[in-house]
Amino acid sequence: MSSLQVSVYRYNPETDSAPYMQEFQIDTQGRDLMVLNILTMIKDQDSSMAFRRSCREGVCGSDGMNMNGTNGLACITPLSGVVKDNKLVLRPLPGLPVMRDLVVDMGLFYKQYERMQPYLQNDTAEPAIERLQSPEERDKLDGLYECILCACCSTSCPSFWWNPDKFVGPAGLLQAYRFLADSRDNATQARLAELEDPFSLFRCRGIMNCVAVCPKGLNPTRAIGKIREMLLSNAT
Amino acid sequence: MVTNITNLGRSGLSDWLIQRVSAVVLALYALFVVAYLLFHPNLDYATWSGLFAQTWMRIFSLLAFISMAAHAWVGLWTVSTDYLKHTGVRFGFQAVVILAIFVFLVWGVQVLWGA
Repeated sequence: MSSLQVSVYRYNPETDSAPYMQEFQIDTQGRDLMVLNILTMIKDQDSSMAFRRSCREGVCGSDGMNMNGTNGLACITPLSGVVKDNKLVLRPLPGLPVMRDLVVDMGLFYKQYERMQPYLQNDTAEPAIERLQSPEERDKLDGLYECILCACCSTSCPSFWWNPDKFVGPAGLLQAYRFLADSRDNATQARLAELEDPFSLFRCRGIMNCVAVCPKGLNPTRAIGKIREMLLSNAT
Repeated sequence: MVTNITNLGRSGLSDWLIQRVSAVVLALYALFVVAYLLFHPNLDYATWSGLFAQTWMRIFSLLAFISMAAHAWVGLWTVSTDYLKHTGVRFGFQAVVILAIFVFLVWGVQVLWGA
């Protein structure tokens, strides 16, 4: 009998006065399942269990959660990668308001993303067909455009925990640099001006929690460093 | 747009630069003092006092004190805005810190040039 001991954060604001941890015994039959499979099996036992998931292959970014203390996507995290002493503790992404069980309110996260104006801005006359980019210019966007906005990085960042209303967070800053680095975008000065205050970008202390947890292997800390270089060369 | 009026340089970029430059100054000063103590194992008052009687050492020390003051303000201002969520408590903390830094700085100048 290969029974896995799973402890899950439960909270239903309509019936519970406080959150609590609920224990489940899950029979994995010795298979190295993904954490999302375990959650599905828990839902078979207790249909009131709430969590988000969609594509179940690490593309949609819905099932970001905290597994044994580390943020990640449940659908692409194998048990062998997180389980210790046959125990698995599942909690919602830290720092965001919990709506129910593992479902968090991503409002603050999206608000910071929106503030970065994550779309191409160019006030020059539109060419007849499209704005062209050389292969070298396109290469600069690699490692930036792949973000799926799962919020694993920003919710593992203490600076975002303390000031989610002012600090943009690693996900938003990665997207800010994605457009700063784009040869077709010419709103560079306005974008940099939005990041020059002591909170929006400079609250990053470079502890690289974001890099450690990103399920897509991206590096927001490097992007933040690049923006800082742009700000510095712009102002000295 | 995020506003701020109590941080040192009124800008995250200038605070960040001040923090980095002052850290280099403090590192050089600390290394110098440690090295000086290592090379003078039987240090007496006359030698120590003679070191600080030289103009370059006074300038170097004052530079280190000013760097310390700026570094402490940028750092503690950041800590206060991270952890102190009540405006009154945060402003009170900032006022105490800036007062302490001012006192230590003036006192440091007096020590350097007073003897």
